[in-house]
Amino acid sequence: MAPSLPRVGARLTLAKSSLEQVFANLRAAGFTLIGPRLRDAALVLEEVTGLNDLPRGWRDQQAPGQYRVVPGQDSFYFDHLVGPHSWKQFLHPARLKLFGAAKNNGTWSFQSATAPPPRYAFIGVRACDLAAIARQDRVFLAGEFRDPHYAARRESLFLLAVNCGRAAPTCFCRSLQTGPRVTGGFDLALTELADVFVLEVGSEAGAEMLRETAWQPATALHASRAEEAVRQTESQIERELRTDDLPKLLYDNLEHPRWDEVARRCLACGNCTLVCPTCFCTTVEDASNLAGTRVERTRLWDSCFTLDFSHVHGGNSRPTLRARYRQWLTHKLASWKDQFGALGCVGCGRCITWCPVGIELTEEVKAIREKAA
Amino acid sequence: MSVSFTPAAVRARADPMLPGLAVVRGVKPEAYGVSTFSLALADPAEAAAYRFLPGQFNMLYLPGFGEVAISVSSDPFEPQLIGHTIRFAGSVTRGLARLQPGDALGLRGPYGSAWPLEQARGRDLVIVAGGIGLAPLRPVVLSVLRERAAYGRVLLLYGGRTPPDLLYTEEFERWQAAGIETHVTVDRASEDWRGQVGVVPQLFYRIRLDPRRTVVFTCGPEIMMRFVIYEALARRLPKEGVYLSMERNMKCAVGFCGHCQFGPTFLCRQGPVLNFAAIEPFFGREDF
Repeated sequence: MAPSLPRVGARLTLAKSSLEQVFANLRAAGFTLIGPRLRDAALVLEEVTGLNDLPRGWRDQQAPGQYRVVPGQDSFYFDHLVGPHSWKQFLHPARLKLFGAAKNNGTWSFQSATAPPPRYAFIGVRACDLAAIARQDRVFLAGEFRDPHYAARRESLFLLAVNCGRAAPTCFCRSLQTGPRVTGGFDLALTELADVFVLEVGSEAGAEMLRETAWQPATALHASRAEEAVRQTESQIERELRTDDLPKLLYDNLEHPRWDEVARRCLACGNCTLVCPTCFCTTVEDASNLAGTRVERTRLWDSCFTLDFSHVHGGNSRPTLRARYRQWLTHKLASWKDQFGALGCVGCGRCITWCPVGIELTEEVKAIREKAA
Repeated sequence: MSVSFTPAAVRARADPMLPGLAVVRGVKPEAYGVSTFSLALADPAEAAAYRFLPGQFNMLYLPGFGEVAISVSSDPFEPQLIGHTIRFAGSVTRGLARLQPGDALGLRGPYGSAWPLEQARGRDLVIVAGGIGLAPLRPVVLSVLRERAAYGRVLLLYGGRTPPDLLYTEEFERWQAAGIETHVTVDRASEDWRGQVGVVPQLFYRIRLDPRRTVVFTCGPEIMMRFVIYEALARRLPKEGVYLSMERNMKCAVGFCGHCQFGPTFLCRQGPVLNFAAIEPFFGREDF
């Protein structure tokens, strides 16, 4: 047993069973733990209470339009990769009460939603998803306005990151320099080996959560095995997205015939926008009592693939699927950069896996580039 | 690119989506299906601090119906009474149509960019509006009238579908007398109409302008603005001298909802008033 807490920046080894104590420490500190769980034949993100909730021994198989959960390496808790859920559903909930309105004596009063959000600890955040959180930070925290709902969740967040031990054919984080290696912005980061976790301490809060765990300074052997594991993952990544000519490539090709071609395959289902960890668009709706005197205003995720999204009085500014797919892709890979200083894509590959017809954003860009204007 | 002039106090609100309470002080029918609502903020401190610039908009909220982005159409020098000229076109505006003096609603703002009046000072200004598009330009006219001598020639080119659709016509005489050269046209004339018939961009053929000293502000249907810009550029106006006010679906006005994107532009932040040169690659593009 180590007598004191590790320094920030230290590399440690931790017996896998000791992660249970980290979870207990987080819970004792008031955190609600969110991590991967096996549910409905998919690995989703939900509340976890202990190590046994993690999908030990399971991994996913991903391809364009395909996802299967299959047995993986027995002793591994984090053998899987990103699934249909992303962390945005906790920081930027799919449904969020904004405020209430009440009518008394002929006048309205407006009351902000005051319930304090849970303090979340995210367990098993991949490098691409850490980057995605940083991208949404720019949208909700760094602009002229600050979203208090996002800010409250974000500021109390604890991040336990995981270096990916393998890559899926849909992964392309390397092209966007967002992974697979976790490089910062975490409290604790672990690399899973067959027998132990190799742990990196990213913050004081992270160090604090190692109280009463049997951590040891990482041996040179463990550290190099952890390095090797990430290197191997990196070499597994085959998918590429060239970014050096973005955003210009897309701005110069807004009338490219490929937009018509992809519109014939796209179903406008909006899956890509829902699974995307950076997509942030929302709409609002009111629900009132029958008398219309008590109203609750709710913010909901929206998708630029719906017709309603671009409705204006007397018409619609993007009536065609071609226009809507073009909006989505040019936002991700062009205008996002103008708006927020980085692309809106982190290379997680979710939009490719969860597209029911297997449209690959990487292939669409390639096709546009091949016959670019 | 134009910039947002949203006041610091509006930006600093703890919850930017939470409206303030406003009360209807007056309702003035302007045309069929169009009325101007004069609103006052209920909180005396908020009302006293409220300022807006010509071209900016507020989010008006009717609980149970929803929220809409509406330009301020009243005098920026009298910001305690906030005028909104509203065409009853959708579910929220049809709800707003029922409001009577004394009724309450939600209001937050002002948001967005403003017409760059400072660029028009000492120069000629051509204001070109179609239909309800005159509403966000009325504060420009009223601001010019406060300081008429600061500007060169000021022209208003305005058109509507039919004569009864024209807004603020009872003010035109005063504007004209105060030195705003006003040209009006309608798409379809009635029997008693003695004015021009035809689309707004054609009014350019009735005026002479000096491209070296002219600034154009335009607001109306996009198809109208396209041809207004065409006529202005055909008269050798630089692209940088043309400003337009754009409209897209808008849910939040604070850059979170994503609906009002026009290429890289968030119309709620860099817009609604934009310099043509900055958006030229996207403007007029089909289904964009």
